[in-house]
Amino acid sequence: MNFELTKEQQMVRKMVRDFAEEVIKPRAIEIDTSATFPKDIFDQMGELGFMGIPFPEEYGGSGGDTISYAIAVEEIGRVCGSTGLSFAATVSLGASPIYYFGTEEQKQEFLKPQAEGRALGAFGLTEPNAGSDAGGTKTTAIADGDSYIINGEKCFITNASFADTIIVTAVTGKNEKGRNIISAIIVPTDTEGVKVTSNYDKMGVRGSDTAEVVLDQVRVPKTNLLGDPQKGFHQFLYTLDGGRISIAALGLGIAQASLEKSLNYAKERKQFGESISDFQAIQFKLADMAMEIELARNMVYKTAWLKDQNKPFTKESAYAKLFASETAVRAADQAIQIHGGYGYMREYEVERYLRDAKLLEIGEGTSEVQRLVIARQLGC
Amino acid sequence: MNIYVLLKKTFDTEEKIVVSNGQIEDDSAEFIINPYDEYAVEEAIKQRDEHGGEVTVVTIGDEDSEKQLRTALAMGADKAVLINTEDDLEDGDQFSTAKILETYFEDKDADLILAGNVAIDEASGQVGPRLATRLGISYVTTITGLTISGDTAQIEKDVEGDVEKIECPLPLLVTCQQGLNEPRYPSLPGIMKAKKKPLAELEIDDLDLDEDDLEPKTKTLEIFMPQEKQAGRVLEGEPDAQVKELVSLLKNEAKVL
Repeated sequence: MNFELTKEQQMVRKMVRDFAEEVIKPRAIEIDTSATFPKDIFDQMGELGFMGIPFPEEYGGSGGDTISYAIAVEEIGRVCGSTGLSFAATVSLGASPIYYFGTEEQKQEFLKPQAEGRALGAFGLTEPNAGSDAGGTKTTAIADGDSYIINGEKCFITNASFADTIIVTAVTGKNEKGRNIISAIIVPTDTEGVKVTSNYDKMGVRGSDTAEVVLDQVRVPKTNLLGDPQKGFHQFLYTLDGGRISIAALGLGIAQASLEKSLNYAKERKQFGESISDFQAIQFKLADMAMEIELARNMVYKTAWLKDQNKPFTKESAYAKLFASETAVRAADQAIQIHGGYGYMREYEVERYLRDAKLLEIGEGTSEVQRLVIARQLGC
Repeated sequence: MNIYVLLKKTFDTEEKIVVSNGQIEDDSAEFIINPYDEYAVEEAIKQRDEHGGEVTVVTIGDEDSEKQLRTALAMGADKAVLINTEDDLEDGDQFSTAKILETYFEDKDADLILAGNVAIDEASGQVGPRLATRLGISYVTTITGLTISGDTAQIEKDVEGDVEKIECPLPLLVTCQQGLNEPRYPSLPGIMKAKKKPLAELEIDDLDLDEDDLEPKTKTLEIFMPQEKQAGRVLEGEPDAQVKELVSLLKNEAKVL
């Protein structure tokens, strides 16, 4: 067993941390309060190759591995949950499905610009009545000559307002058992009939764009169908397995930030003539935070490693996502407690960590769904 | 153009540094490219992109120095050379370093050698000038601007906050000062590609040197942390009385008046 990161992975961490500290961190509070997607930061990240980390060079990627990608999400999340989430969604949900399931033409046309940071993608799965219950998908795609005509409504779609393409899941027919066949179709957002509105007023990750997408008689060529038309369901399950690694990595980053802020504050803050870090009540909180973070990190990296080795990772990614996101919420909550009254103030940032972390227990499968996934993997 | 960069791995002075038994503890230190050397790498890449040629980054260090060399390659340098002295050299000083580099550069035909102004660890600022002297080429220290046309370099040099303009023929060695440029981040594809770029490892044997040739000319007597800053004192009372007390303290206690 070797727990040491490769030189490249260490360099990725150093580079991303430097970038995050210098470019993103000074703006993290403003990104949250103004609830604006930091397009300029995202463009800069694109130029530096962030969006292509886990994809090969031939598709405009950096040729890195999933561990490097997880490290990058962790480091961005450590300074700004909003930017971290947008980044994770771009790579794991917007670009990855095209890489895994797309034809060569689709990869050249849609993946390459995304991996090179010139275009942004989104993943349109969730609907008002369907999310983890994908069977409830109401959006339809009806074949018409060489085209599909898509009608439906998607909600809570990350990055959609800024996306050039959205991968939309839609019902394309019924199988012999009479159940809906769900396919995934790449929809360029400039197609007539696509309407994206972003009116959500969110609790956290406020600088990450979340939008509603209405598809009204949207005509796209049949060649935009992604992968196997019969296996759309399995494709997005696989996509979500991968996405969970990045959400877990994001939780890890927020938890790490919570610990660092708390430790620094506890050493400086004096009460009753001592640093509060001398009090066991505070020490135990810090010890628990540090321990849980390290355990979460081991799980996240292990899952990324399994994925890189082409080994099954469904159960592990559910473990990682569940544990890391709950670790983030606990760590952020304790960080506020350690900061006392100051922690409740925006300026000290830890209250934002909690608001941002809460999303991670919900997005890409709630904690309850993760437990369900694990239980099924156990054979229940 | 044949461009070389002298690069040093140093500990990150922004991280916690622990000194024990007169040595800086390696285990707890974070190692980085000496920040002034980053200006040198950036400038080398810019000059190469403008004039063509090749950038070779050279460091004297140990096995771990590979990480800093790879980072320079990820930024855009073409080749790296690690002169590994880990097994051969117990101690070294600026003399030893300059001597090794002199031997290395003997057959290299460099047009431009860039180094940092100082390394933030020992801050001697000697290696660049000493190497240039030994190679018999011109050098300019603490530069903040560099334009090359043909065989001539137009240089802006920082002189205590003022600028001195110098014209100088190539070959040339310069040491780089803050303000020369804004070092780029190594790009992520750059990081992955860096492992495919050539990184040669030499030992002093390969340069026909042995330890005796490199015996340091100086001796480090002691390494210690600066004294911790004492908490400030706040004077109290009427302004008049405070002023009197302050003057008296400056005179009698601090002895600065």
